[in-house]
Amino acid sequence: MSLRIPCPTCGDRSVHEFVHGEIRRVPDHLTDPDERDLDFAFHHDNEEGVVTERWFHAQGCRRWFEIRRDTTTDRIVVAEAS
Amino acid sequence: MNEFVERQMKLTWRPPKKSYDVVIVGAGGHGLATAYYLATRHGMSNVAVFERGYIGGGNSGRNTTIIRANYGIPAAVRFYQRSVDLYRGLEEETDRWLMHQQKGILWMAHSEGAVRAERMRAKLNTEFGAQTEFVGPQQVKGLCPQLDMSGGGRWPVLGASYHPQGATARHDRVVWALAEGAMERGAHVHQNTPVDGLILDGERVAGVRTAAGDVAAGAVVSAVGGHVSRIAAMAGLRLPIRTHRLQAFVTNHYQRQFGPIVASSELFFYASQTARGEMLLGAEIDPQPSFSYRSSHDFVQDVCRRALRLLPFMSNLRVLRQWTGVCDMSPDYSPIMGHTGVPGFYITTGWGTWGFKAIPAGGEQMAELIATGEVPELIAPFGLDRFARDRTMADRGSAGTH
Repeated sequence: MSLRIPCPTCGDRSVHEFVHGEIRRVPDHLTDPDERDLDFAFHHDNEEGVVTERWFHAQGCRRWFEIRRDTTTDRIVVAEAS
Repeated sequence: MNEFVERQMKLTWRPPKKSYDVVIVGAGGHGLATAYYLATRHGMSNVAVFERGYIGGGNSGRNTTIIRANYGIPAAVRFYQRSVDLYRGLEEETDRWLMHQQKGILWMAHSEGAVRAERMRAKLNTEFGAQTEFVGPQQVKGLCPQLDMSGGGRWPVLGASYHPQGATARHDRVVWALAEGAMERGAHVHQNTPVDGLILDGERVAGVRTAAGDVAAGAVVSAVGGHVSRIAAMAGLRLPIRTHRLQAFVTNHYQRQFGPIVASSELFFYASQTARGEMLLGAEIDPQPSFSYRSSHDFVQDVCRRALRLLPFMSNLRVLRQWTGVCDMSPDYSPIMGHTGVPGFYITTGWGTWGFKAIPAGGEQMAELIATGEVPELIAPFGLDRFARDRTMADRGSAGTH
């Protein structure tokens, strides 16, 4: 079974209809503007566990929404519209 | 690792010492190759490799074992060609049968744009040492008679770049041979011993905290696949890495007559025949970052649909096994090797979908870096600092499908 993404408008749909969007966060402890730019452009949290991320339903309602997904199991935790 | 292999190989397991010259985290291909080349080329055997599972149990055991050097940028072509050369001599060097088999790889072009791209790739590869030529449809058919040259009517084969040095090797045997070679010369490998933290001495990384106690080290190397961001965070580093799943599968056995490795970047798949006779298919990474080893049915469905366009004989085969590895993807699709900016801490990562073919060269170059303290010319362009210096090594075109 493929990963199903719960779209708040269209319901559970195959992951192939969606585009994944990461929420980029530059950590607060970085203060140097160059370092912050570098971090924003390239670095990732790459977290193992539950992450909040955005998905775009490209082949459906064409809306962005946020979900929480456990990256170690690929299970969706909670779905909510943004 | 099973008992049979344990009996065959001269693997000697020793208890961890309190301190080593070099500690390598991760006993996969790259970690063990680094230990192997430190021992054989630089006489450094006070080395330990820590592994949370068993040796070669991560991505070294989950890849599609393809060895090739037909990459898209000069620095990468030179580096992977070094690896292709080392692989060819590795059986003799380790005195182990690695089932290394030179098959040649055909990279299909189904459109005029792709023909241009493959012609360019052939020129560039040859120029920088990886022999590749562009071949027309007739030669392609001669090299791989099983192909449907009309591509099911929609994906005609207009030509291909042919890289005769493309090869495969048995992944477990490569890992075991390197482990054996390193251990014979005194290096330690510790299985089932996860590294939980790094010991920091001021700025400097001075050792690792493991499940078997603290171990001091002159240098710590992260050769971790999949969880490298977690290891780097222990040293206060953030990495330009996202981890994605990559799936592959094999069919049941079929008579051994499928010669080359066949790839198509327009149909997004590649196929080869294993020594056992199974057809081995792979494609692209999954779109979302994930550390899950779960496989999915839609992957098999998608890849089969595309692969059958070119290789219709496979419609009579059955899917036997499917598996998943997790790939550390760098933003420019090139590996990251070398210093990290943190004294005493080295990294070899970003091996995405191209790690297996780079095992000997990656290990050799990392060993040279650690032993001499100087960045070897071959891997100098692949440093972690390239992102800050705006010197990224964009090579998505040639890495995307593997």
